Order: sequence, then structure tokens, then C-alpha cells
Amino acid sequence: MSATVSSRVAAPAPPELAGTTPLLEVRDVSKSFGSVIALKDISMSVHAGEVMCLLGDNGAGKSTLIKILSGVHPASEGEYLVEGKPVRFGSPRDALDHGIATVYQDLAMIPLMSIARNFFLGSEPTRGVGPFRRFDLETADRTTRDEMAKMGILLRDTDQPVGTLSGGERQCVAIARAVYFGAKVLILDEPTAALGVKEAGVVLRYIAQARARGLGVIFITHNVHHAYPIGDRFTLLNRGRSYGTFAKDDVTREEVVTMMAGGEELEELGHELEEFARADGLAAGRLGEVGRELEAEARG
Amino acid sequence: MSAVGGAAVPAVDERVTRVNPLRRAFTRPEMGAVAGAVAVWVFFAIVAGGNGFLTLRGTASYLEVAAELGILAVPVALLMIGGEFDLSIGSVIGAGSMTTALLAAQFGWNIWPALFVSLAVALALGAFNGTLVLRTGLPSFIVTLGTLFMVRGATIAITRITTGRTQVGNLDEVAGYDVARTLFASSIPVGPAALPISVVWWLALVGLGSWLLLRTRFGNWIFGVGGNTASARNVGVPVGTVKVILFMLTAAAAWLVATIQAVNFGGADVLRGSDREFFAIIAAVIGGNLLTGGYGSVVGAAFGALIVGMIQQGVVYAGIDADWVQFFLGAMLLIAVLVNRAIRSRAMGGRG
Repeated sequence: MSATVSSRVAAPAPPELAGTTPLLEVRDVSKSFGSVIALKDISMSVHAGEVMCLLGDNGAGKSTLIKILSGVHPASEGEYLVEGKPVRFGSPRDALDHGIATVYQDLAMIPLMSIARNFFLGSEPTRGVGPFRRFDLETADRTTRDEMAKMGILLRDTDQPVGTLSGGERQCVAIARAVYFGAKVLILDEPTAALGVKEAGVVLRYIAQARARGLGVIFITHNVHHAYPIGDRFTLLNRGRSYGTFAKDDVTREEVVTMMAGGEELEELGHELEEFARADGLAAGRLGEVGRELEAEARG
Repeated sequence: MSAVGGAAVPAVDERVTRVNPLRRAFTRPEMGAVAGAVAVWVFFAIVAGGNGFLTLRGTASYLEVAAELGILAVPVALLMIGGEFDLSIGSVIGAGSMTTALLAAQFGWNIWPALFVSLAVALALGAFNGTLVLRTGLPSFIVTLGTLFMVRGATIAITRITTGRTQVGNLDEVAGYDVARTLFASSIPVGPAALPISVVWWLALVGLGSWLLLRTRFGNWIFGVGGNTASARNVGVPVGTVKVILFMLTAAAAWLVATIQAVNFGGADVLRGSDREFFAIIAAVIGGNLLTGGYGSVVGAAFGALIVGMIQQGVVYAGIDADWVQFFLGAMLLIAVLVNRAIRSRAMGGRG
């Protein structure tokens, strides 16, 4: 299994996008915190109209990479290019000004604030001049309502606290906000992690919509079943390193699962469980089943 | 706002029921305090109505108490919505009035440059509080508890070294006092009663503070910073600047109260303003401001201050021993927190 992984050549870009400049690209980016190496030599890119899935198990370095991309941390080493030009971000505001918007799983919205206030937080429309410059709440309300309607969500009341929305709706408001503020690249941090099947579907549909509008989407997840249907390319992270980038045509869902989880370990666990089952005889029949399933999944 | 919205939405979602406007009004953060103020007023109207609580003079007496507290409660509420506390304001009142009195009465300055310097001292203390909270990452409760004691201690020590006493008088004899008196300590005759000008300051600041919170970008940032600092930072809100400004506003309000008192009494006492920080926090919390930030109202804090003022004076009018005032205030605080919690969970549709 590992032989397959290492023998693969990372796909630089899908054929139809080859030759165009990526919206966002990092080359050999590393990050260390003191003596801990969180990321080592990561390269990845995203083009306009593409969904790049960043996959990895817990501790793979996904969060660190997002923080570098969104301007929270600078990289220790490596290059960061936006539309071919090298950049260095000092804050999330810098990244936003370059059209790179990040939607965080838990931090997307502030529950106690109204939807319209959340939507425009940090970029409030104003009216009047000098000391009379004020937050134009009417415009904020109207725009929020219109933008959400474009995504198929009808709001009863933009004055209601975000906390009254479901998790999926919150993610959608955050995505709508990023799109409205002219994001060219959308970085989505585990947008489907805490959602039910149907809600996750709603969010995936909006990701597809954003792609159709020509945005580059970086979709971070550990859930292959959410990533595979929507992703165009997949970059796999494991323990702070990259396994490479694969175009969808070159890799099956099962192969992705195997690479993410560290295939051999899963297979070994399957064997072990089967051993237990054999030793315990019939009583552990169900355990054996679990073992076989795990093995099957690992094999792909 | 809901009426405008209702017209713009093309279809009605059958899963949401229409919200009764009255019930909607009751989900606003200040509603608990408004209802509480009415209840407290009715209570004392019955208990102390015959003793002058309902007269213009009685009303002016609790408005004066409410005003000095309410001036503090405006920025304290803003700071609380922004997710922080300022316990140091009590001693900033002492330091502010003493700085003015020392410079003017002791060293013979005109009162205006003295007031200007004491305002600068107060703002510097506020900026110091804010910066220290941001730099250390410590809870503002602890940081400002520290500065509360440091500022009080320094005020007492410096005053005693300079004058040999802990009180400085004769402020009413310095140059420029008359204009200052008109501005900070005059009263407006209303019938047989005199309404102190501090009430005008209070109402003006409530209007200004509420406008700042609800109608400006800065106000939206206050909600954001208090609701979730990391989220606010991620969308580009200058979190540090917002917090430092809020700390400077509480210090500025403490200076205003210090000035009103110093001009009114014609002098300063190093212990002036003791416990005011707790009263201001009580007023803000009764007013529906959430201790953990992100939710609240300046108007609510004003009603909170009004409740405190009515209790403090009402107890006296009712002929109850004034020793019971603190007991009633504490009980009111606990009741308010419970009621406000219920209101908030209703505002969140049961999810909060």
C-alpha cells in the first residue's frame, strides 16, 4: 500500500488548468514552533474555479497550514504566492485585502450578534461624514437578506441572533459573507465537521456554487466522503508532511482513505481484532466482523 | 425592522411561526431593567409615597444618585459588552479629583488646566489598564483589581506627602471655578425642586453611548470583540484598539464624576469614589449586560443606575434603616441576573 503512495507522482494541476497562474500557491512551506516542526516542505495551489481538498487526520498539520494561508502566522520558510506574486501577510486583514477569506468551523459567526451585524462585522457600510459617520444598518439588513436569498436561504429576520440558526446555516452565512466581500479564494476549515448528513449536503452545494462563480476553494476536512464528491484535486497531509497532490481522475476514494489513515496501521488493527475473535471463539463473532470490515476498508 | 423585512421576503417559510411584537420587545436586553425600574418605583410609591418619594424633590434626589452612578455605568456597560471589566474606576475618581484639587487649590493653578491634566492622568490610567490586559492576557478583573489598589494607595501617599493631610479644600476659591461650577455642579430649578446638572450629563452620555453602540462601526466592533475575540480578529476588527479605547472611556467617565464631585464639594478626599466600581457593575448587570460580554445595552445600564438610585433614596424615604440599602441592592442584582438569563435564552430561541 505504501509503495503505491510513494510511487505516485503528484499531479501539479488538472490539464484544463495547466498553464494558468494559480490564484494561490505555496512552495516548500515549513513552520516550526520552537523545536516542534508542525509543517515541513508543503507545496500546494488552487486555481480559479477549482476545489482543492486538503485532507489529513488529526494532527496532520491542517490547522497550521490554514493559519499560514489566512495570515494568522507567517511561515518559517517557503514561498507564498497570490496570483503569481510573492506576498507576506502580517495579519488576517492583509489576507482579506488580497481576496483570501477564511471561514472557520467554530469561529465563523458570533452567536449573540444578529445575522446582519455578523455579516458586516469588520466591514460595516457607513453613511454620513465626520463625527456623524454611522453604521448603515438598513443597507446591512437588505444586503444580508439579498445575499442569503441568492444562496437559497430565506431569512425571516436579519435581526435575529446567529445563535438561532442551525450549524449548516451559520456556515452558509459565513460563506455568503466571504463571497459578497469579493473573496477570490475561499478557505473552508472543516465546514461540514459538526453537521448532519443533510446539512453537510447543503454546505457542499454552496461550495459547488462558489466554484461555479469562479472562486478557488480550499476545502479542509478529514471526511473523505464529503471531500471526494466535490473535490477536483486532493492534497494529503500526514504528520506535517505532504503525501502529494492528486487529481480526482488519478485516485479512488478508497485510496484516499487509506493514505489518510496510514493504511498499514488500519490493516494491522483489522488482523489483530480478527485474532482476538478467533481466540475467543463464537462469543466474539461480532468483533471479528468489525475486524474484517476494517481490513476491507484498509485494502480499499 | 421586521416589517421592512417581511415585505422583502418573497415566500414564507412554513417552519417559522410569526413572532408576537410584544414578546419580541421583551427579548431586548434592557427590558428586564425597564420592568424592574417600574416595579421598584411602584413599590416605593406605595411604601414611601406619603413621605415624599413621589414629590419633585424626592424624584430629584434619586435622579442625582442615579446620575453619578449612571455616568459611570455607560462606559462600564460598553466595556462589559466588549468582554472586560474595570474595577479601577473607583480609585480613578479619587485620583482624578485629588489631581485637580492639588494642582488648583494647593499649587494655585487655574482650574481649567488642572482639570485638563487630571483628565490626561485618568486617560493614561485607562490606557495602562487596557494595554496591560492585552499584553499579559490576564483577566481584566485581576489587572484592574491590582490598579484599583495601586491608584488608591498612590493617591493617599502622594497627597499626604504633598499636603500632610488626606483632604484638600478651598477649590471654590481658585480661578475659573465659577464657570466650572455652572458646567459641572449647577442645578436647574424644576418647580420647588432643583435638578442637578449631572442628570443632564448622564442623559446626554446615555444617548451618545447608545448611539455609539448601536449605530456606529465601533459599536459593532464592541459586540464582536466581546462576543468572540478570535472571530472578530479574523474578520479584521482591530481588537486591541477597541479594548484600549473602552478602558480609556471608563477612566474618562470616572474623571467626569470626580470633577462633578470636586467642584460640587469645593475640594477632594483621597477616599472619594470608593466602591463606585461595584455599584457601576451592579447597574450594568441589572441593565441586562452579560458578564461574559457580547450582549447588552447602554439604555439598560441607565435603568440599572436608576434602580440603584431609587433603592438607595427610597429606603430612606420609606423610613427603613439605611443599613438595609446594600442588602436590597445585592438581592436586586441576583434577581436581575436570573431574569436576564431567562430573557436571553428566549432571545436565542431556546438555543442559547
